[in-house]
Amino acid sequence: MATAILIIAGIGLVAAAALAVADRYLSVREDPRIGMVTAALPGANCGGCGFAGCDGYARALVAGTAPNGACAAGGAACAEAVAKILGVEATATERRVALVKCCGTRSEAIRVGDYNGICDCNVAAATAGGDKGCTYGCLGYGACANVCPKGAITIADGLAKVDKRLCIGCGKCVKACPKHIIELVPASATVHVLCANPDKGPAVRKVCGVGCMGCHLCEKNSGGKEAGHFIFQGFLAKVNYENPPTDEQVAAKCPAKCMSVDPHFETGH
Amino acid sequence: MKPKETAEHYILSSSPHAHVHSSVRRIMLDVIIALLPTTAAGIFFFGMPAVWTVAVCVSTCIVTEALCRMAMKRDNTIGDLSAVVTGLLLALNLPAGIPLWMAVVGSVFAIGVAKQVFGGLGMNPFNPALAARAFMLISFTGPMTTWLKPFWWKTPEAATTATPLATMKTWFAAEATASASPHGLCDSAATGIPCLWDMLTGNMPGCIGEVSAIALAIGAAYLLVRKVITWHIPVAFIATVFVYSLIAGGAPAMAQVLTGGVMIGACFMATDYVTSPTTAKGKLIFGFGCGLVCMLIRQFGGYPEGCSFAILIMNSVCPLINRWTQPRPFGSKK
Amino acid sequence: MKTVKSSFRFKGGVHPDYNKELARDKAIELLPLPAELVISMSQHLGAPAKCIVKPGDFVTRGQLIGEKNGFISVCVRASSSGKVKAVEKRPGPAGGKADAVILDTTAQPPEAPESPVASTGEGPVLPPLDWKAATREELLKRVEEAGICGMGGAGFPTAVKLNPPPGKRCEYLVLNGAECEPYLTADFRVMLERADRIRVGIEIMRKILGQCAVRVAVEANKPEAIAALEKALADIEGNVEIVVLPVLYPQGSEKHQIFATVGRVVPEPPALPIDVGCVVENVGTVAAIADAVEKGEPLLSRVTTVSGDAVAEPKNVLAPCGTKYADLVAFCGGEKEPPAKVISGGTMMGFAVPTMEIATTKTTSGLLLLSRRRVFQYGSGPCINCGRCLRACPMNLNPAEISKAVEADDIQAAEKEYHVMDCIECGACSFGCPSYRTITQMCRRAKNSIRARIAAEKAKAAAAAKEAK
Repeated sequence: MATAILIIAGIGLVAAAALAVADRYLSVREDPRIGMVTAALPGANCGGCGFAGCDGYARALVAGTAPNGACAAGGAACAEAVAKILGVEATATERRVALVKCCGTRSEAIRVGDYNGICDCNVAAATAGGDKGCTYGCLGYGACANVCPKGAITIADGLAKVDKRLCIGCGKCVKACPKHIIELVPASATVHVLCANPDKGPAVRKVCGVGCMGCHLCEKNSGGKEAGHFIFQGFLAKVNYENPPTDEQVAAKCPAKCMSVDPHFETGH
Repeated sequence: MKPKETAEHYILSSSPHAHVHSSVRRIMLDVIIALLPTTAAGIFFFGMPAVWTVAVCVSTCIVTEALCRMAMKRDNTIGDLSAVVTGLLLALNLPAGIPLWMAVVGSVFAIGVAKQVFGGLGMNPFNPALAARAFMLISFTGPMTTWLKPFWWKTPEAATTATPLATMKTWFAAEATASASPHGLCDSAATGIPCLWDMLTGNMPGCIGEVSAIALAIGAAYLLVRKVITWHIPVAFIATVFVYSLIAGGAPAMAQVLTGGVMIGACFMATDYVTSPTTAKGKLIFGFGCGLVCMLIRQFGGYPEGCSFAILIMNSVCPLINRWTQPRPFGSKK
Repeated sequence: MKTVKSSFRFKGGVHPDYNKELARDKAIELLPLPAELVISMSQHLGAPAKCIVKPGDFVTRGQLIGEKNGFISVCVRASSSGKVKAVEKRPGPAGGKADAVILDTTAQPPEAPESPVASTGEGPVLPPLDWKAATREELLKRVEEAGICGMGGAGFPTAVKLNPPPGKRCEYLVLNGAECEPYLTADFRVMLERADRIRVGIEIMRKILGQCAVRVAVEANKPEAIAALEKALADIEGNVEIVVLPVLYPQGSEKHQIFATVGRVVPEPPALPIDVGCVVENVGTVAAIADAVEKGEPLLSRVTTVSGDAVAEPKNVLAPCGTKYADLVAFCGGEKEPPAKVISGGTMMGFAVPTMEIATTKTTSGLLLLSRRRVFQYGSGPCINCGRCLRACPMNLNPAEISKAVEADDIQAAEKEYHVMDCIECGACSFGCPSYRTITQMCRRAKNSIRARIAAEKAKAAAAAKEAK
């Protein structure tokens, strides 16, 4: 009995000594602010800031190599909290959310064939360019939804839709989309053009019932070219998100029905 | 609203655009066809209890599969016939006289626990029928080791007996110095050991589907001709058992191969696609391993048969074998 | 010259339904000049040609309309005289869009030539060359300016292939007449009807490549082609053999053909056939080289097999490059029934196309219209580990594991453990899969994302190097 107690106690002593030595000589001093900043970040590890997760961004912030405010998920509140810890200025950022610039549902946009293969936009696009007549349109095979860390993207009626409430603006979907039709837009903007086809009106009409024809009516209705609410690229209207239109009537007056007010939850028509 | 389509509306898919027209369903159907001779033999020797066991196992498996898929909100997969194969294989690996409720429990275990929990066909690490048999062997040891004699209705006073391997084990333990082989005697009345001819036809106690070596060989030949299985696993398995028993002594090698489920195990259970390696080399290793473990259990273990446990153990190392035997690409250097 | 049987059989391979009887006995027919041609600037592997005409221009047959644009590139010539209606992006058979010249050929009355060999047009486009007298450089230049690329499918620029990098020598010239793709009989007809041209082509290529042994590879199911070649090559000098290959898909794959004819194994990518002293050319390309040199006729048209059970009269058609599929089908009696799938190329490696508005290129070996009965649907069933794809894979890969890795989005495993980059996308794995899994497509997906990753890494490294400067 006594021997047993002695052996156990001895092992305990040796281990304690080893731990004490290890703590003294092998410890790694880390800036405690890294932990604090990490805690202040949302912890989504979405990578939207360009660093390897929230921890990576926190390290860069503390080292002073990253601008405060790159975290789209945390937004202004997070930037402020970080600013408090590090004593640096928070660069004001607007919360940005993803927008899928297509509203060609199965009933509106023509499908030129029956795609039969892996359910992924990149692969479908590599198979005869995809089954959608409009080569700019959303294929609806969910490449964006698959990479979304928040599950904010759903596919319905052959179209991807972003839930604004869940979107953290990390931009992963923007990179995943083979058609490059997802854009990060200010969350406060309400009027959007849901089309990415720069072709002439008749060519667009041939493949989609709700494609932008570049008629400039939205521009006229929002105060003309001087107001600068819209930019035109080919025969495609684009909202100037530096100066977005606020009059929601503009969208309702779009003859092509490709404009919408806050399309994030509904297609608008 | 109807989806808009163009006048020319073709199917778009990545190449190839040709197919050999085989299907999982057809493969499973081939396995069922291959199992028919041995099922018939089992029914011939063990009568109505065998019919009932097969019917109960197959129908329970189908129902369990359908219910599981429904509960998991997945496509119904009973059409691929894999549940039928599992039910049939389980029934063929049960003694004919097993209480039917036990057969039901075993079938539910096979499909529900051993297959669908892992995600259904293609995902299960262990052969569902064998996993269920192992489960039943542990849970219902008594009924699972009570064997009906062939044509038991002719001798109602002594309908049950031990399996030939169990008998042989005792016989060889008792007469370790026996000069003559039991086949030389071929006195089944005295020793309880069946003759070679009985072992080939299946006139001996055992599981419903394991007794008739000839029926099993016919089924295996059919699978080989239909290219459903390759020769590697059965040959490696049986050869290992044969050589091992030649070296180790004890019961004669022919008896070791022909009894105790080696034939059905080598041709139908170990060749299950999902739980066996894919490369030829891997299959040879797998078959060798099955034979070796089976003989080790027979020689040193508590169970006289050991075939199902051997296959289950090898199932568990199948992913490892697959990794070891990755094919090397054409043109690649070492 | 002698005929030998191939003594090397590669591992794997499959036996699809060949269905060659539909068009094999149909002699090559010349397509009347279509009213409109859509001539793509991207008819070959590598950089698309640079378009040098503009709408309203009048071009004559054989005129240069697209300039070679880079090292791996081929020039494009007008397949017919006519007026340029437009220059716009048009989708090719594989789906990618490229600049195309839309040519109105009715601006000039088309002429009816008598024989397919003479082809459409009046005089020679380029001055004919006497190959015996011409120098190697002259011949090579001719191949380049004739716009010749591999006509088997991939469309690799022939002039680049015939000009091995310094230090590498061609020991074996392998002529690919295997035509292992189902339905296709274009190469078969060329071998049968134009064996003499192939002979001239061999002589020219030998002159360009330096003296080398020649192996003409033909599958055993084409005895007529073998007989025609034997006759044409009977008194040819040097080391020339016709190698009869067993009927097996993919016998026409470059690597497997080299193994089957010469017994050499091309190492894994990025090694090329020339690294083992071999150059492989399609028989159609060889005939085109002969025409380009002896007759001054650039590659303006090619033989395309129009077949499938939904075509009224399957035919082998000599059509100008840029013919719309609709015109080809109309020439073959139209559709017998509405096709469920239209394939550019063969059934194993061809592309399913969404519309008949797509036009032929220098690499369009076939146009197949398949009815619903001939089309199968891919499924999303699980892999049951049956190992059929492993046995079928001619590259000795593990397609089952690759497809599972891709499904799990583990591209790294597919690349490092299962060597997906060695995949030749022959389709043998999907062909035999009882679960109808899209294995080949998954391999393609993995390869594409690996290529994209490598390109991104390269761009990053280049940017970093620039910054360092």
